[in-house]
Amino acid sequence: MIVGDSKPLEEILEMIEGKDRVLVLGCRGCVTVCNVGGEKEVGILATALRIARKMRGLPGHIEERTLERQCDPEYIEELADAAEGYDAIVSIACGVGPQFVAERFPAARVYPGINTTFIGGALEHGVWSERCQSCGNCLVHHFGGLCPIARCSKSLMNGPCGGSANKKCEISPEVDCVWHLIVEKMEAMGRLEELERVWPVKNWITSRDGGPRRRVREDLKQ
Amino acid sequence: MRLQYPSNIKVIQLPCSGRVDILHLLKAFEDGADGVYVAGCKEGDCHFLTGNFKARRKVNYVKQVLTALGIEPERIEMFNMSSAEGPRFAQVAREFTQKIQELGPSPVKTAKAA
Repeated sequence: MIVGDSKPLEEILEMIEGKDRVLVLGCRGCVTVCNVGGEKEVGILATALRIARKMRGLPGHIEERTLERQCDPEYIEELADAAEGYDAIVSIACGVGPQFVAERFPAARVYPGINTTFIGGALEHGVWSERCQSCGNCLVHHFGGLCPIARCSKSLMNGPCGGSANKKCEISPEVDCVWHLIVEKMEAMGRLEELERVWPVKNWITSRDGGPRRRVREDLKQ
Repeated sequence: MRLQYPSNIKVIQLPCSGRVDILHLLKAFEDGADGVYVAGCKEGDCHFLTGNFKARRKVNYVKQVLTALGIEPERIEMFNMSSAEGPRFAQVAREFTQKIQELGPSPVKTAKAA
């Protein structure tokens, strides 16, 4: 899923300063699963904003709405009758949400209420970890199912580097050295010799280095 | 045991303090409560094992939200007591009410009156 973090309340309050009618817009996709932008979080943020308004004696026209997804036009369309009636729309979807809303409703002032951080999974309830960097050319099967692109700080294909110590990466004792994990896993699987393969420099054109990406499926396109 | 505690406290019963939601706590402040506290079972005594620990974490989350809003975080607290501790329930009720009275009315309410 796409994982995000709430923006500080102070930053959101600054965004909506002087805006009378505000919509807090959630998304039932990834951000609901990572507990940052679903219906529940819409309620919490909208309530906090209403409290802030009340404290200053301002009218609390803070409304709440959660769309099925904010990355598909058909759901964005559900706002057609209302979007431009707000002075501010705070989208707490990933970075796609505020852009899709702003694109569909050119006159609307749309603000991002969360910071989109990474593509990852939940290690346990309340703990998420980055697992994919969307490099566009997946190779995890060569490394025992562990991604050296997303999980090695240097994205080394031929690791580990000299900064690996006691299973940890030199950048932080919190970060596992994925190359240590890869070697351990491949050894346990009896596949250690596969790591003798020397990988040439990765072609990053399928990643962000090739510019903004676009995918067209002729069989689905109308 | 006819124990007295301040009559301004509104008790909301829940099956377990773990049922408390961040939204319940924030809504109370939105509606003008001067202070809110969660009375959960003693730590280690939760029938559902971790309900009271979860409640404490939610209370701490709301403290952060209140701080960001410029409201004293002391207006929300978590207390642990057993259901057999009537005197402690009354004592906490008195002490918390006293503390909130010292803090004065909620800034949410005073602004409304202004």
